[in-house]
Amino acid sequence: MAKQLMFQIKDKLGDVVFQLEDKSAKRTFASIHKADLRQVAGVLHKDFKARFSIASGIDNVKNFELLYHFSFDDLGKIISIRTFVEKDDPVIDSLVPVIGPAAEWIEREIHELLGISFKGHPNLKRLLLADEWPEGKYPLRRDFKNE
Amino acid sequence: MSDKKKIRQTVIPIGPFHPLQEEPEFFKLFVDGETVTDIEINIGYNHRGIEKISEVKSFDQVTFLVERICGICSNSHPFAYCLAIEDLMGIEAPERTSFIRTVIAELERIHSHLLWLGLAGHFLGYNTVFMWAWKYREPVLDIFEAITGNRNHYAMNKLGGVRRDIIDDDIPAILKMVSELVPAMDMFKGAIIDDPVIHARLKGVGILTKKDAIAYAALGPVARASGFDVDIRRDEPYGAYDRVKWNVIVEQDGDVFAKAKVRILEIYESIKIINQCLKKMPKGPIDANIKEVPPGEGIGRIEAPRGECIHYVRSDGSNSPVRHKIRAPSFMSVPTAKASIVGQQVADASIILAAVDPCYCCTERMAVIDKKTNKQVLSAQDLVRMGQEKTRKLWKP
Amino acid sequence: MSIKVKALTKSLWAFHLATGSCNNCDIEILDLLTPRFDVERFGIVLVGSIRHADVLLVTGVVNKKIAPRLKKLYEQTSKPCLVVAVGACACGQGIFRGGYNTFVPVDNVIPVDVYVPGCPPKPEAMILGVVKAIEKVKSQK
Repeated sequence: MAKQLMFQIKDKLGDVVFQLEDKSAKRTFASIHKADLRQVAGVLHKDFKARFSIASGIDNVKNFELLYHFSFDDLGKIISIRTFVEKDDPVIDSLVPVIGPAAEWIEREIHELLGISFKGHPNLKRLLLADEWPEGKYPLRRDFKNE
Repeated sequence: MSDKKKIRQTVIPIGPFHPLQEEPEFFKLFVDGETVTDIEINIGYNHRGIEKISEVKSFDQVTFLVERICGICSNSHPFAYCLAIEDLMGIEAPERTSFIRTVIAELERIHSHLLWLGLAGHFLGYNTVFMWAWKYREPVLDIFEAITGNRNHYAMNKLGGVRRDIIDDDIPAILKMVSELVPAMDMFKGAIIDDPVIHARLKGVGILTKKDAIAYAALGPVARASGFDVDIRRDEPYGAYDRVKWNVIVEQDGDVFAKAKVRILEIYESIKIINQCLKKMPKGPIDANIKEVPPGEGIGRIEAPRGECIHYVRSDGSNSPVRHKIRAPSFMSVPTAKASIVGQQVADASIILAAVDPCYCCTERMAVIDKKTNKQVLSAQDLVRMGQEKTRKLWKP
Repeated sequence: MSIKVKALTKSLWAFHLATGSCNNCDIEILDLLTPRFDVERFGIVLVGSIRHADVLLVTGVVNKKIAPRLKKLYEQTSKPCLVVAVGACACGQGIFRGGYNTFVPVDNVIPVDVYVPGCPPKPEAMILGVVKAIEKVKSQK
């Protein structure tokens, strides 16, 4: 049944997914370009009723990588959408208009810890760090060292 | 006096440092008369930068680190983390391990829900419920101490297995202690689920609709009380959950009563699961003896007492994670307070917020509270007192 | 013995402060009130306002967001006020030492009278910690 789902998803998304990796029966990683994020998220969330579980960002030194983890609860499977954002242009579309309030805190946290901007987020202010925390210092970046 | 009706916006902060909300947390309520018109949730006082610390600890040390994300669900994070590494490596821990991990996880669910029950009792003005709930929590902590050596922070999970075995000779004694919880639970069930005063007090209060629960991607009892049927134990079985019989508790009303009912009934299911696991405990090793974590990425998730707890780990073959993303369930469930409290009465505020069962430390909750206001402000104690007063009015003279 | 000190050794009003903890110590502190340990029979009461406190029970690593608040709160207490650092985090930041948001340990912000190590310390250890605080006060007459 999971295979059938993957066919249906691939069918719907077509070439937007340029790399697909089935790590196991429960885990699939699908790479897309950042411009296609809203379309893909919309398809998974609205058409296939996937639940947005969490997004994780990582500083790869040469770029930033964002993973959006969608849970297909009926199948016990996670499809993680992988996309990259350039170091000198760390901006990507916010998923709040597509997914709803579930994405709000998730994007705020990535924003303040990694310094990625989410275009269209209704309230992209700090969530965890104190107001006095200096601007421009992003703890989860590679060049930030714990003091 | 002006003809125009001015809307008085009064600000009521709840927390931090309220004695019965242990973690510093800041809910800022805006009210118009007796009605809550908006809420601002500020977190951040518990933020300890654990994901970054994880990158300088060895994979084994990370288990102890993430255990200390949260004291209440201190088994959930190591469990999810170990599953993430096992997912990365494509291995499964030995069978006996799965049963032991399940027993510990369900004992944790019982102690967590009892803890919540006590706090809820206090917010409602039933201090005896608080005392009883925490009194009956003690035997559960005794079981933990007998099995793991500690009342809290049990340190049972390790990569590929568990650190200690449950000695077969001890199982009858543990079964007996667990069975002694049932009459206590029957008492709570009678005192809460079947009590008409509680019905009058909590039904229809703080409703989170199913539509909102889905929009917020709510988790755990908060979601299930609104008819949003998600439970990782059934959806993506781990441990021994697919080898024992139990039920997912789902209610439809989404109010505080439904949230309380889900938690109380889940304790019965946990007792069922523990009994079956202990009786069916398979023989075998408890450790897969993982020596190295190869490069790769893995996702592990479990159903913690508050909902899906998910860890993502990336490794490059060195001794520490390259990236460790941790998302505790409260991160998704606490924002639902906005949907369930706006439009409600101020006297219900404390119980509505408590019903979300925010495990603040999981969510690094802390709130900035440096805004000074000239408006009239009620203290957290005032809010709790109002909630208790409202209950008192429902008691028969 | 002055009246204030005498009062301190008879019945302690405790205020609990969490400064960035996993909450385990905080729950064990609350546990002290429950029937098994029942510290109220010793006259120890958890109060809701810092101004009424004789004893501050502090848990947590003290992170940057909370540090100024901790200092301000301590200054609001009426002296003498004993400070008990409860748990490994309050004693020395524990496993979180060196993190980007971990600031300084409790005793760098406010003076600490008694350290109760443990992760978390057992409720019996906390009671012992409070007893030691009382003995310390008594011996300082």
